[in-house]
Amino acid sequence: MSDQTKHTTPLQGMGVDHATLSEVFNKDEARVNWHDETLWWIRQKRDKAANTLPEWEQLRETASQIKLNVLSNLSEYLIQFEAKAKANGVIIHWAADAKEHNNIIKDILSKHGVTQIVKSKSMLTEECHLNEYLKEQGIEVIDTDLGERIVQLADEAPSHIVLPCIHWKKEEIGELFHKHLGTPEGNADPQLLTLAARLHLREKFLTRKIAITGVHFAVAETGEFVVCTNEGNADMGAHLADVHIACMGIEKIIPERKHLSVFLRLLARSATGQPVTTYSSHFKKPRQAQELHIVLVDNGRSTQLGREDFRNSLKCIRCGACFNTCPVYRRSGGHSYHTAIAGPIGSILAPNLDMKAYADLPFASTLCGSCSNVCPVKIDIHQQLYKWRQVLVQQGHAPASKKIAMKGMATVLSNPLLYKMAGKTGRWFIKNVSFTVNNKLNPWYKQRDMPEVPKQSFSEWYKKNRKPPSPEGE
Amino acid sequence: MNRGIILSAVKNNQPGFSSLPAIENFIQPFTDAVEKYKTILQAIGGNVFEVANCHEAIDIIKDQFKNEKRLVTVDDAFIAVAELYQSGKDAHLLQDVDVAIINAHFGVAENGSLWITEDLVKERVLPFICQHLVVIIHKGNIVPTMHDAYEIIADSDYGFGVFIAGPSKTADIEQSLVLGAHGPKTMTVFIINA
Repeated sequence: MSDQTKHTTPLQGMGVDHATLSEVFNKDEARVNWHDETLWWIRQKRDKAANTLPEWEQLRETASQIKLNVLSNLSEYLIQFEAKAKANGVIIHWAADAKEHNNIIKDILSKHGVTQIVKSKSMLTEECHLNEYLKEQGIEVIDTDLGERIVQLADEAPSHIVLPCIHWKKEEIGELFHKHLGTPEGNADPQLLTLAARLHLREKFLTRKIAITGVHFAVAETGEFVVCTNEGNADMGAHLADVHIACMGIEKIIPERKHLSVFLRLLARSATGQPVTTYSSHFKKPRQAQELHIVLVDNGRSTQLGREDFRNSLKCIRCGACFNTCPVYRRSGGHSYHTAIAGPIGSILAPNLDMKAYADLPFASTLCGSCSNVCPVKIDIHQQLYKWRQVLVQQGHAPASKKIAMKGMATVLSNPLLYKMAGKTGRWFIKNVSFTVNNKLNPWYKQRDMPEVPKQSFSEWYKKNRKPPSPEGE
Repeated sequence: MNRGIILSAVKNNQPGFSSLPAIENFIQPFTDAVEKYKTILQAIGGNVFEVANCHEAIDIIKDQFKNEKRLVTVDDAFIAVAELYQSGKDAHLLQDVDVAIINAHFGVAENGSLWITEDLVKERVLPFICQHLVVIIHKGNIVPTMHDAYEIIADSDYGFGVFIAGPSKTADIEQSLVLGAHGPKTMTVFIINA
């Protein structure tokens, strides 16, 4: 792989934080602008789609309330879902964490003597690092979503949950496909490249015996689950394989079939601005002679459910609208979040799994609130980002430089005399020896300059200029 | 046992019960569901014809797909133009199907989708594996919204059901829309007026 077509920096996964990884992404300003504009265009398409429905806000509220009901009754719904699915002939598995999830999949593959499988998009399997695990076991996993296949060929992780290769230019994909799929050198026509991928992956669909898919919604009332794609890759995999394994987080449950109407109206409009995805597939029973498995995964979700301030994050339906609108995501790229689910929602989900490893993510936000405004299930994302900051600082996970600065700030702000002195000193320093603050050690100055400093503070000015009170009063 | 551990952790941590909201059937700004359906389907890359009966549809199919080799149907009204597919065979034998002709239960105006269940296609993969998909629907069976759709589906039983809205597509390469990702490259809907 040449350097030009490899976007994952060597720093990723090395414990390097969002700010550092963003800096790498920001080296190529033209590319950053392009990334920013592309995502903003998708955000605008979302607005247009939302605006066609006068009831949009009511739909969001309804969806949010349905999900709140789900969270409040999740244990019962899971039991109901399991019973219905079993009655439908589905085999149910429970996994407490990522490791168990991966082992369950491995056991099913071993039982069938299968070493090559196809997989459609599933952020849960990304979260569990299933591909890496299976690779170590000598099993080949082919990701069948076009964007996911592109990043897989390049040995990268997806940078966006809906648009996995949004950070790739078509010329680079042309080069990648020339190398791996034998497309003509220098050809970057999306039509031609897509056709090449179609032929390449069709052979996989026709020859693989086991297919894995994700789950968008699982209905407690009926035991069925719904998978949404535009490409048809989940269906091609599942309907041609002898065994279909669907992996889902336990929060994907919804109570009744009719509730799908609310979520399907919101999902694609929020994600890409389409009125609905091309395929909304309802899997209820296995095909004749087929095995259908569902793996129900906790992996920290029950813990998050117990965190009052953060449990609403479990309402997420994975539309990606918060990514597309986020000024930080758009200009820092998905890989800078160093987690399977990037963006604002990923930044409130990740610390639940590992506070230390993801302590930087709630700080990767301007708290502008745009994410909360577009969220189809009304998750208070920016408020949770703010609350995570407090939890992380209290638990001692804040970055060291931030800790010192905040301690100093607290001392100054709680002492009027110190506050006055600090203001005066600050003004003097910026005016006379600006290099002492505007230097490489102070990240605030990276893209900024300070305004000219006033000669005096407001209270100094007030003392000098206030008129003596008139004797009669006015 | 994991099941017990997970369920008790969930039970212990879930918040106090919050009741389900009612779902309203929102009145749509459009009045003609058939016209809306046609507009949306075309906007998402589908083709649509209003015809008086199956014979008219067959004539158009003959013309539109005259260069295609293998046409398959599950409805014997179309045996004049396609082979009748019998279930119970290996799904992989459908890999060379050029055109599949199937029926849908109903259409949804707001998003251009059609509701299709397993019994209407015999083999689940048929509407996905074909190069071109042709779907027949009756004019009276187009409803305004997804809320109406699930009212019709209600508690009906099926092994597999799918809403299909247009040809398969992707925009993964620089957001350029390409029709024909893994499923059909085209989708043609015949609305029968009768």
